[in-house]
Amino acid sequence: MGELNGLYALWYREFKVFLRERSRIISSLIQPIMWLVIFGTGLGASISLGGGLSGINYQAFIYPGILCMIVLFSSLFFGLYIIMDKRVDFLKEVLVAPLGRTTIFFGKVLGGATDGLIQVALLIALGAAFFSIPFTAYSLVMTIIVVMLLLISIVSLGLAIGALMSSPEGFGLITGFVIFPLFFLSGALFPTKSLPAWLGTFVALNPVSYAVDALRNVILGVSSTYGLAMDFAVLFGFALIMIIVGTWAFRRMKF
Amino acid sequence: MAVIVTRNLTKRFGNLTAVNKLNLEIEEGEIFGLLGPNGAGKTTTLSMLATLLPPSDGDAIVNGFDVRKHASQVRHSIGFVFQDPSSDDLLTGRENLYLHALMYGVNMRNVNEKMDSVLRLVDLLDKQHVRMKYYSGGMRRRLELARGLLHEPKILFLDEPTLGLDPQTREHLWSYIKKLSAEKKVTIIVTTHYMEEADLLCDRLAIIDHGRVVAMDTPARLKKQLGGDQVKLKIRKPNIAALRKLKYVKNIKRRGDMLTLTVNESALHLQEILKRVGPVESVESRSPTLNDVFLHYTGKEIRESGEEGGYFERMLHSGNR
Repeated sequence: MGELNGLYALWYREFKVFLRERSRIISSLIQPIMWLVIFGTGLGASISLGGGLSGINYQAFIYPGILCMIVLFSSLFFGLYIIMDKRVDFLKEVLVAPLGRTTIFFGKVLGGATDGLIQVALLIALGAAFFSIPFTAYSLVMTIIVVMLLLISIVSLGLAIGALMSSPEGFGLITGFVIFPLFFLSGALFPTKSLPAWLGTFVALNPVSYAVDALRNVILGVSSTYGLAMDFAVLFGFALIMIIVGTWAFRRMKF
Repeated sequence: MAVIVTRNLTKRFGNLTAVNKLNLEIEEGEIFGLLGPNGAGKTTTLSMLATLLPPSDGDAIVNGFDVRKHASQVRHSIGFVFQDPSSDDLLTGRENLYLHALMYGVNMRNVNEKMDSVLRLVDLLDKQHVRMKYYSGGMRRRLELARGLLHEPKILFLDEPTLGLDPQTREHLWSYIKKLSAEKKVTIIVTTHYMEEADLLCDRLAIIDHGRVVAMDTPARLKKQLGGDQVKLKIRKPNIAALRKLKYVKNIKRRGDMLTLTVNESALHLQEILKRVGPVESVESRSPTLNDVFLHYTGKEIRESGEEGGYFERMLHSGNR
């Protein structure tokens, strides 16, 4: 009972704080909207997608990738708050509590994933309302499953980095090296079927590619590059590994 | 009964020995002070007692539990009020208490009554629904005190509870600490580098320097051990021989026409001294302070400046969260 209450407490804090930081919610949506409106319209005006993608406009094509982008950015930076907590004594207050480190980690993951899910839900609503993305009951459920797996993975990764770093500058440096390759090498902005071999290899090694691939399949009906089963297998595996890494980082976290 | 016992408790960080063979016995119900300059090892000692840091050597028993083997039981027995802010600015005072109750295993059935009771104790019932970023430094400390009591710990650690607060707020906070010690019968261990705080607040204290206990007793007895009050006389031709015959005059120092005596209970004997010493131009009698005690044992004045960085500076740097 104690651990469960603790889990709820950590989630409760993250959720309440998130709802009170309206500026954070709004600013997190501005970037994806700019990508969709400016980049999507601008580049979409001068290219046409070939190879089984004809009939899909470029804006709709990158929409699943932009969903993944909002997950990447909001979730990875969620780890930064650990460093903020370390700079004062809030983290000690949590660590002196009679709770296991694993519980603390999972509480944070749940909190971060909830925050991310709210942002994704807002972007889904915007997508359906203004970008004519044809969501159905099936594609909504599948989208949420894929997004949850990716959220759990990236929140865990951000928390692991946050647990091991002691300064926001160090955190920024590391995440800068992580976030851009994960985003640009995911196929979020371009089709992955006819890439040169070297680039294709990098894309295939990036777990985020499988989330983009799955989302593009369930939302737009585009045939999957890797197969949905493969996509889910990779995303499950990625989430599991990141949870293990995050738990390990929390166990050895100093303050 | 001793609720905290340490035997040769030691903490090393690389080459630095922060706490060096510390032996303490803290009795149930007392307010015990750890007095020392910044960097003396006070916070490190508390961290070990609270199972936040593992000891390098020696033992510590808290409420009957070994800090190494029974960390969870130790954590259930203690409350901790940290040096730096440890509550969430975006949450209200009451929400911060609620979080604490969940994390520290408070019985949730009567949690509302418990929160009301601790809020009343620190006079914050009227501010409980205000977000903590609008709290003053003193209010924040009071809320954190209340929070430390919420899970009814046997022992409450206060790490520099008044650091960075103005003198008035500081005295105000002392009265709250005394009140909760009396009402909740909780053992309180407080670290400080403020002499008057240690003097007025603590039943007993240990003076710590370079990770070692250099003296440990009640503030009154520590001061008494110095041998008595300081009596300063301005006098041209003192009759020193006559003073030497007085048993209660412990020490005589003469510099020019200033004569400094160390006198046992000077209030009782001043008349007699003045009668014997000869015609005096002026006289000043002062009881020894903890500062004199500290000077006596460590050979230096306690550094009053907050080198560890004040509470508010850290708060400013921490931003909103």
